[in-house]
Amino acid sequence: MTRRLLTGNAAAAWGARLAEVDYVPAFPITPQTEIIETIAHWMDQGEMAGRFTTLESEHSMITAAGSAAATGTRVFTATSSQGLLYGMEMLYTVAGWRAPFVLMNVSRGLSSPITLEPDHNDILAARDSGFLQIHCATCQEVLDSVLLAFRLAEDDSVRLPVIVNQDGFYLSYTREPVEIPDIEEVRKFLPAFDPENTQFRAGEPRSQGVAVLGGAFYSYFRYEMHLACLNTLSVFDSIAQDFADHFGRKYGILETYQMDDAEFCFVMAGSFATKAKNAVDLLRDAGWKIGLVRPRLIRPFPADALCRALTGIHGVAVIDQNLSMGKGGILYTELASALYSSNSNSPLLVSYIGGLGGRDITREEFFKMARETRHAVETGKVPLPRLLYTEDELRQMRKLQTIAHAPWG
Amino acid sequence: MKETTFKSLKNLSTDHLLASGTAICAGCGGLEAVKIMYDILGKNTVFVNSAGCMTLLSVYPFTPFQGSWLYTAMACAPAGAQGIRDALDVLLNKGRIQPEEDLKVVVLSGDGSSYGMALSATSAAMDRNLDFFYLCYDNEGYGNTGHQSSPATPHAARTATNSGPFGYPGYKKDLFAIWTAHKPAYAATIIGSEPLDLARKVEKAMSLKGPKMFIALAPCPTGWHFDPRETVEIGKLAVKTGIWPLKEYLDGKVIHTKPPRRRIPVEEYLKKQGRFAHLFSPQRDTKQLEEIQARIDEYWAEAI
Repeated sequence: MTRRLLTGNAAAAWGARLAEVDYVPAFPITPQTEIIETIAHWMDQGEMAGRFTTLESEHSMITAAGSAAATGTRVFTATSSQGLLYGMEMLYTVAGWRAPFVLMNVSRGLSSPITLEPDHNDILAARDSGFLQIHCATCQEVLDSVLLAFRLAEDDSVRLPVIVNQDGFYLSYTREPVEIPDIEEVRKFLPAFDPENTQFRAGEPRSQGVAVLGGAFYSYFRYEMHLACLNTLSVFDSIAQDFADHFGRKYGILETYQMDDAEFCFVMAGSFATKAKNAVDLLRDAGWKIGLVRPRLIRPFPADALCRALTGIHGVAVIDQNLSMGKGGILYTELASALYSSNSNSPLLVSYIGGLGGRDITREEFFKMARETRHAVETGKVPLPRLLYTEDELRQMRKLQTIAHAPWG
Repeated sequence: MKETTFKSLKNLSTDHLLASGTAICAGCGGLEAVKIMYDILGKNTVFVNSAGCMTLLSVYPFTPFQGSWLYTAMACAPAGAQGIRDALDVLLNKGRIQPEEDLKVVVLSGDGSSYGMALSATSAAMDRNLDFFYLCYDNEGYGNTGHQSSPATPHAARTATNSGPFGYPGYKKDLFAIWTAHKPAYAATIIGSEPLDLARKVEKAMSLKGPKMFIALAPCPTGWHFDPRETVEIGKLAVKTGIWPLKEYLDGKVIHTKPPRRRIPVEEYLKKQGRFAHLFSPQRDTKQLEEIQARIDEYWAEAI
């Protein structure tokens, strides 16, 4: 084991290297590019055995990833934002092939307007595809999640591809101390891929991805995918425990922080949750009983785990770094649906949208969200979903508009 | 290059590897080409299919292939082939499969995919010198959806989206020229009604490494409006009138493998197909017919 300062991108590349992947189909896109450059360099230098192929689009890249996995090799690939959406048809398609592989998404806001910094509308657009989704908050978690993702993807009861998500810039370009496990230990945790019947070989003819005519036959395969995705919830803990036994770091389906005696909490995904942690510490110093719940798995959606974690909580500020146009926060909607059908005494939910396109969520905003949530619990009046924006930001925006609308000459 | 084993029709297998009884239309010229090609390539193949008529060859739980199959989507069969080829190469290099377990990778796509949506993926596969076969069955329209015009539709043909008095206003795209601009290992035009020419070309391509690209003109009874029994005759007329030149590209040169000795007028080919009926009745459209003939004459004047 060595400890190094790594960016999230480098940590992702290390995950693929330690998983001893056979094949990396690639296509560059900011902020993912460093991942594929790092892997290409290792392969060119003979430090990684396998093949690296640059495709001409993400649509083709995801196709090649799926078909190579369907041929029985261990595959890793990576993209971001527009690339994930360009390949969306194939995300759905290759998931149906039930050929396990791992795709790293480096989150970035979607066009338009075109931008570079992160939010989660790209990754959440893929939430119904059949890929599992693991959302990371630290660079260490990025590396570790790639290894966990291969174990989950290749598990007999799952056999689905996995997207591991890290936030562009905030993780992808940020160096943090990361423990790089020894390869011998990784091999014990993640043995060589056994493709079983997912392969193409002379003498063993197989048809994969064939057409199905008739809704009942089609439904069978779609239901199977859904149930396989749900199986992740039962195997996650034992795989995570195995990971902890080998590497000393334990990952739950959720990360809970200061929740033992909490009356209020924040719920959010991704690296901005580390900002929430800091706010929790400061609020606790000021006497608040407040905590944080951060789902690591978004697909399958950990409904039971969330209901359990939020039992006894009075009010929850759900912070979505995404915006479903005409609806609101996706995490809020999903959490509400999980709580509505649970038997527990459900907490009151207040919905916030923030962090779009990399917009910061400040400490003061976390404090305000906590106060508003407490006020909602005290009065029983839930405010409408809030779109975080400060007066100063609006002033800056008005300045740009003045320039944009300035007359010629 | 060694001498061909296909000296006469007797050398062609009459016992086809591809099973019959598929959902493909009676008289499909595309299936004719697939059958002959499959006999020669053999069952140690994986067909990588894009959305089109041939997608209905393998409908769960049946397949007419004795080898393997993967359906991808409309734009990306060459990328699917890339992933399989790369994976097989890695497995061979790492000793995880034996050379006798290797497969030939064959893209099977219609003209809608090949001439349009998948052109970028095909171009890129050739850029990467992918070692694969590509068979485009070209029925000159989006056949599986009821024959709307595609970039492969010939001038003046009526389609489901060109029912006006002049038919399709565009001109058939020269995919062979686009492909050969990439300098692939091999490229050829073929047709099922000339099985010896087809067989010799596939045989020749099998000895080469890299992209091996085939466009088969696929007479289509349902889209071109003719009786299924006419498929072979219409195919032969396509060659004899010179509207479908049989040729191959190898080592930077294009050779016509079956130039018609004395080209017969193109209207002999056109008048057998309902999609061109408006050129002959209620009155003869001499201007259109002369233009179509002139374009063929011009092609051959340049070619020879």
